[in-house]
Amino acid sequence: MNNQYEFSKTGRKPLTLYTISSNYRKTVACLLILSIILIQQSAIASDYFLDIAKQPVNLIGKPQTAILVNGQLPGPTLRWQEGEWVNLHVTNHLDEQSSIHWHGMILPYQMDGVPGISFAGIKPGETFIYRFQVNQSGTYWYHGHSGLQEQMGLFGALIIDPADDSKPEKIDYVVLLSDWPEADPERTMARLKKQSDYYNFQKRTVVDFFKDIQSDGLITTLDDRLDWGRMRMEPTDLADVTGATYHFLINGQTVDQNWTALFKPDEKVRLRFINGSAMTHFDIRIPGLIMRVVESDGVTIEPVNVDQFRIAVAETYDVIVEPKTNRAYTIFAEAMDRSGYARATLTPDKSLQAVAPKMSPRTLLTMKDMGEMHGHTKHQANSKPMDHGQHTNHQETTAPMHNHMAITDDSNHFDQTSSDQNDIKITDVAHYPTMDYQNLRAAKPASPKGTPDQEITLRLTGNMNRYSWSFNDVKYSDAEPIRVHYGEHIRFKYINETMMNHPIHLHGLWQYLDIGQGVLNPKKHIINVKPGRTVEVDVIADAVGEWAFHCHLLYHMDTGMFRKLIVEPATVS
Amino acid sequence: MNNHSVWLRFLRQPNKLLLILILGYYISTETVFAQNDQMINSHFRAERLEYEGNEQLQLFKWDIQHWIGNDDHKFWLKTEGDYSADQGIFGRADLQLLYSRNIDTFWDFQIGARRAFEPERTYDAVIGFQGLAPYFIETDIAMFINSNGNVLGRVSLTYELLFTQRLVLEPRIELNLAASDLKNRGVKAGVTEFEAGMRLRYEIEREFAPYIGFDYVQEQSLLEHKHSFRFVAGLRIWY
Repeated sequence: MNNQYEFSKTGRKPLTLYTISSNYRKTVACLLILSIILIQQSAIASDYFLDIAKQPVNLIGKPQTAILVNGQLPGPTLRWQEGEWVNLHVTNHLDEQSSIHWHGMILPYQMDGVPGISFAGIKPGETFIYRFQVNQSGTYWYHGHSGLQEQMGLFGALIIDPADDSKPEKIDYVVLLSDWPEADPERTMARLKKQSDYYNFQKRTVVDFFKDIQSDGLITTLDDRLDWGRMRMEPTDLADVTGATYHFLINGQTVDQNWTALFKPDEKVRLRFINGSAMTHFDIRIPGLIMRVVESDGVTIEPVNVDQFRIAVAETYDVIVEPKTNRAYTIFAEAMDRSGYARATLTPDKSLQAVAPKMSPRTLLTMKDMGEMHGHTKHQANSKPMDHGQHTNHQETTAPMHNHMAITDDSNHFDQTSSDQNDIKITDVAHYPTMDYQNLRAAKPASPKGTPDQEITLRLTGNMNRYSWSFNDVKYSDAEPIRVHYGEHIRFKYINETMMNHPIHLHGLWQYLDIGQGVLNPKKHIINVKPGRTVEVDVIADAVGEWAFHCHLLYHMDTGMFRKLIVEPATVS
Repeated sequence: MNNHSVWLRFLRQPNKLLLILILGYYISTETVFAQNDQMINSHFRAERLEYEGNEQLQLFKWDIQHWIGNDDHKFWLKTEGDYSADQGIFGRADLQLLYSRNIDTFWDFQIGARRAFEPERTYDAVIGFQGLAPYFIETDIAMFINSNGNVLGRVSLTYELLFTQRLVLEPRIELNLAASDLKNRGVKAGVTEFEAGMRLRYEIEREFAPYIGFDYVQEQSLLEHKHSFRFVAGLRIWY
C-alpha cells in the first residue's frame, strides 16, 4: 500500500556473515561485535541523492518553470528510521545558490541548511553532504531555504518510522498541501511591495455596505466602516497571496487531477498532513469521516477526534480515519480566506468518486481581533508586555483563542453539517469540534517546569501598507542576533501586533506551547499566532549553534520577519 | 582644478544637472542588495493618462510617477501636465525629482526639485508628504518654492469605492495654491485651481484599467475666473 514511497535508498549494505567459515567462531564473534559497534557509529549510513534543478512543468495549462528535487513535484518522500544515520548528497544544478532545510529535525546546526546561518549554501554545480543521525520519529518535511525557491516546488515529505518499527496502520499516506503560483515568486513579491492588497479579490464593496445596513442597521455599519477606515485596514485581509494567483495542490496535483488514494473498508488509514505552502493556511475536513488527530508537528499527542482542523503553514498533523462504508470520500482543504481549495479522494475503488463539498464561509477579521493589537500599537514605546501576569497568562492567551474558535468554526461547522448531509446522507455520524491548539495535549510529559532563566518578548510587527515584516519593528538585516546560553530555559512571549496569522518557526529547538497543561504542553516546531493574540512558549536551549527563527510565511520571512538565534556554549562559572 | 570647473559649469546649467540626476537615478536601479529585506523595487505608475474635454477644449493629460528604492528610501519621479490638442501647446508641464523617506507606517516625507516647463520655466524646491491618510484617503501634499521666493502648493486627495472587485469609482480632488499674488503671471493668492472629479475604472488587470469620468475645474487668476465641466476617458497603468 505504501507505493507512494518510490524513492530508493542506496548504500544500506547488508551484513553478510555467512561467507566466514564456521570454524572461526572467535572471528565471527569479533566481527559481530565490530559490526555492532560500526552500526552504532554509523559506518553504514544510508545515502540519499537529491538533485535540485529547474524543470519545465505544465500544471495549470501554461508552461512554467519549477525548481524540483529529482524532477518531482513535490520532491521524493524520504522515509527514514529513528536511529539511522543519513548521508544526504544534495547537488545544486541551478545557476544560483540553493539549499535544503530539514524542517523539524533536531540535528547539528551545520546540517540545518540555512544559507548565511548554518552554512554558506550550496553553490551552483556543487554538492553538499548533509550527515546526521535521526533521533526522532514522525511526519516532517524538507524545503529550500534560499530566496523564494521553496515556492517554485522545492519541497517534499520526510517520514521517520519509530525505532521499534511499530506501524499501527497498514495504510499510510502523505497528504502534502501546497500553493502553486501563476506568476514568478519574485514578481509576486514585487506586486505586494507596490500594492499590498493586489491579490485580495474578496474586499468589501458598496453592495456589501448596503447589505450590512440591512442586516445590522445604518449606525452599526457606519461605525464598523469608520473603525476599519481609521485603522486603514481591511477585515477581509486574511491572506496576502490568494487563490487569485494560487492553485492549491495535494501531493502536487490540482483539484482537477484529484489525487486519489485507496483504502479498504474497516481498515485504519493514517493520513500525514503536511502544509508545504508558502503562504496558505488550510481548513481541512473529510465529509463523512471523523479524523482522529494523533500527531502534531511529528510529536505524538493525546488522540483527539475532530471534524475539522486548521493547518498553518509548515505544520504537520497525522490523523487516523476509519472509513467503514464502501464509498468515496473527499479530503477537502479550503484556504483560510476561501479564495480556493485543494481536494483529494479516498476511495475503495478508483472508479468511485466523491463530490467535493461547497466551501464554507470565511471568517472575517473583527474589531475584537484587532482590540489587543490596537492597545499594543498605542503603547509601542513601552514595549514591556502589558499586564499579563505569569500565572494568569495562559488564561489570557487561551481565552480569546477560544472565543475566536467559537466565532470562526461554529459557523463553518454549521454550514458543513448541512452541505455534507446533502452530499453524503449520513446522519448517524457524531459531530466533534474543530481542533484548536487547546486540544493539543502531549502524549508524554516533556514540557519544562519551573521558572525560566530568561524571558524574551518578541512582538510580531509589520507594515502591511509597505509590505515589510519584522520582529520588534526591526527587520532581519538591521537586527542583532538573539543570544542565549546552552542549557537555559527561555520563555518566549509572542505578541502579534498585526492582523495576519504568523506561524513562528524555530530551527533546531522545540517550542513548548503553553496551553496551561503544565508538563503536557505540546512541543511544536511551528507556533501559529493569530492576529492580535499573545502566545507563550518554553524553549530549552539544548543545542549549541546558530539557528534561524522566523515567520514561516515565505514572503514575511523574506521581507524581514526573521532572526538569528545563537545558543552559546554554557559559560564556565 | 579642471574637474572643479567642469562641475561649476554643470551647476550653471540646471538643465544638464537635471539630466545627470535622472541618469544617476536610473543607474542606481542596477544596485543589487544581498539582503532581500533591503530589496530595491521599481514602481512605475501612470495614474492618469487621459483625454479631457468639452465643447470648448480638448486636452491630453498625464500624471505619472515612478519610484525606485527600498522600504525606507526611494527616489521618486513625478510628472504632470496637459497638452491642448486644438491649440498645439502645453498648458502645464512639470517634472519633479524627489528623495522620499518613509517616516511613519503610512507616510513618506519627500524633498527635491521641480522643473516647471509650462506655463513658465522655473526651478523650484519641493517639500511634501505622500501617503495614506485615515479612512483610506490617498494624499499627496507638496510645497514649491522658487528662486524668487514664490511659494506654491498642491494637494491631491483620492478615495476608492468598490462596486465590484474590479469596478472602482475614484473620487478625486486637487487643489493648486499660491501663497501670494504673482503679478507677472497673473496668479492670485489662494486657490488658483480647484479640480474635483470622479473616475470609474475597470481593472482588467490590477495593472491595467481603462476609465471614464468627469472633472469639475475652477480656475482663479487676477484676470479671470473660469469654471467648467469636462468629460474624461483614460487609462491607469502601472508595473
